[in-house]
Amino acid sequence: MTFSISLTVNGERRNVALDDPRATLLDLLRERLGLPGTKKGCDRGQCGACTVLVNGRRVNSCLALALSLDGAEVVTIEGLAQGDELHPVQAAFIAHDGFQCGFCTPGQIMSAVGLIDEGQAGDDPERVREGMSGNICRCGAYRGITGAVLEAQKLLAERDRRNAA
Amino acid sequence: MKIFDYVRPATVPEAVAAAVEPGSSYLAAGTNLLDLMKGGAMRPDRLVDVTRLPGLDRLERLADGGMRIGALVRNADLAHSADFARAYPAVAEALLSGASAQLRNVATVGGNLMQRTRCSYFYDVASACNRREPGAGCDALQGENRLHAVLGWSKHCIATHPSDFCVPLVALDVVVEIEGKNGRREIALEELHRLPGDTSERESALETGDLIVALRLPGNASSFAAHARYLKLRERTSFAFAVVSAAAALDLDGGVIRSARLALGGVAAKPWRARAAEEALAGENADVKAFRKAAEAALADARPSGDNAFKIELAKRIVVRALALAAAGTPERLPALPASPFSSVPRALQHA
Repeated sequence: MTFSISLTVNGERRNVALDDPRATLLDLLRERLGLPGTKKGCDRGQCGACTVLVNGRRVNSCLALALSLDGAEVVTIEGLAQGDELHPVQAAFIAHDGFQCGFCTPGQIMSAVGLIDEGQAGDDPERVREGMSGNICRCGAYRGITGAVLEAQKLLAERDRRNAA
Repeated sequence: MKIFDYVRPATVPEAVAAAVEPGSSYLAAGTNLLDLMKGGAMRPDRLVDVTRLPGLDRLERLADGGMRIGALVRNADLAHSADFARAYPAVAEALLSGASAQLRNVATVGGNLMQRTRCSYFYDVASACNRREPGAGCDALQGENRLHAVLGWSKHCIATHPSDFCVPLVALDVVVEIEGKNGRREIALEELHRLPGDTSERESALETGDLIVALRLPGNASSFAAHARYLKLRERTSFAFAVVSAAAALDLDGGVIRSARLALGGVAAKPWRARAAEEALAGENADVKAFRKAAEAALADARPSGDNAFKIELAKRIVVRALALAAAGTPERLPALPASPFSSVPRALQHA
């Protein structure tokens, strides 16, 4: 049996025919839509490498059944930059050395974008660390990651203020 | 993962009719179900996707002052609802101490109640597990069992229920609304999860096709709002299940306890309401002496099921601390690490 679903991925409407109902959103992005930036780490919801935004919220794409997300709006790491201009969270990760090997980085960045949008952590490093605890970094770049999130949050708030003015 | 059929019903009665078929399993966010299916511990023939069912994602204030929570309300939305968190702070704290932000963003109220044990022998299909395969035996009995049950266990199964959310809920007398093939009924949350006995595969009071549609907090549950905490000991700072946890709620008249609610997590196959401890606290001064007496009453029937005798003493200490924190008053804002007895800042004491 074939199932047809339609998703908006990074602003683009994508229609997909699924001949296997077992596909997760992660599999769909990587294997069918040519978007390998989202990483498969544990594939069990424990490491956060597969984090993407679904309808504006950060989620583990490895535990989301693609069929169930018919109609959803998805943003992946490939959808953050505007042309050659990095998203402020991406730029802040570079400025703060928020990574070493880079495998967890797309998930870290998407999770940070979600965290900043949720607005619960404020400028408290302890709340940022807790808010990012769903993303494991085996290189141990946590200090840089926390610094990057705090700075990006400040930059985004300033940008919002400028845009509002 | 075994192949399955997928159906997405449009109404609750259609969902129940679909799920009555043998081999069916409800799918909400899927954060536990897909994990179990990937490992082969669950092998449903058909998934009944309930995520589009209308009317189940609402939070409603009730005429008696209580609140009704639709089964599809997401954990993060519930915890961050200002109205909800003000009335039931220990529930919000428990929610925010569970899983990760990504999981809380999708995980549902109904799914949280129905999540399966994290016993590693249940997950590992090469191990014997009565819960997964009735009559197979229990490899946890002679295995790595330091995190297993100390209350209500049997030789058939020593697994624990992993939910944080359910612990304060059971203390607050929550009612579960269920739609089944014979229509709507309701039961106390305390009656939903079953102790293993010699039928550990029967984990809940639900029948085939039953769908949890909502939870109801009774009107008096918010009378504990000023003195309610959830405290959870984990093996790492964040994103881990409870070794032991406790929800404590006090209704105080000056320094005297008018009434108390207490429940424990991580100790049994169900969220464990400690009624004997509540009775011991009523009418007492809210002090450490009373809290210690209550902790002894709460764990009076506890027995180690393996290398976990330490959990009994640990649970008593967590109970005393949770009661002491509740007596001190619900904080204006939840701490940076909700429910944690520790701080992530080196050498800083969270509750010093």
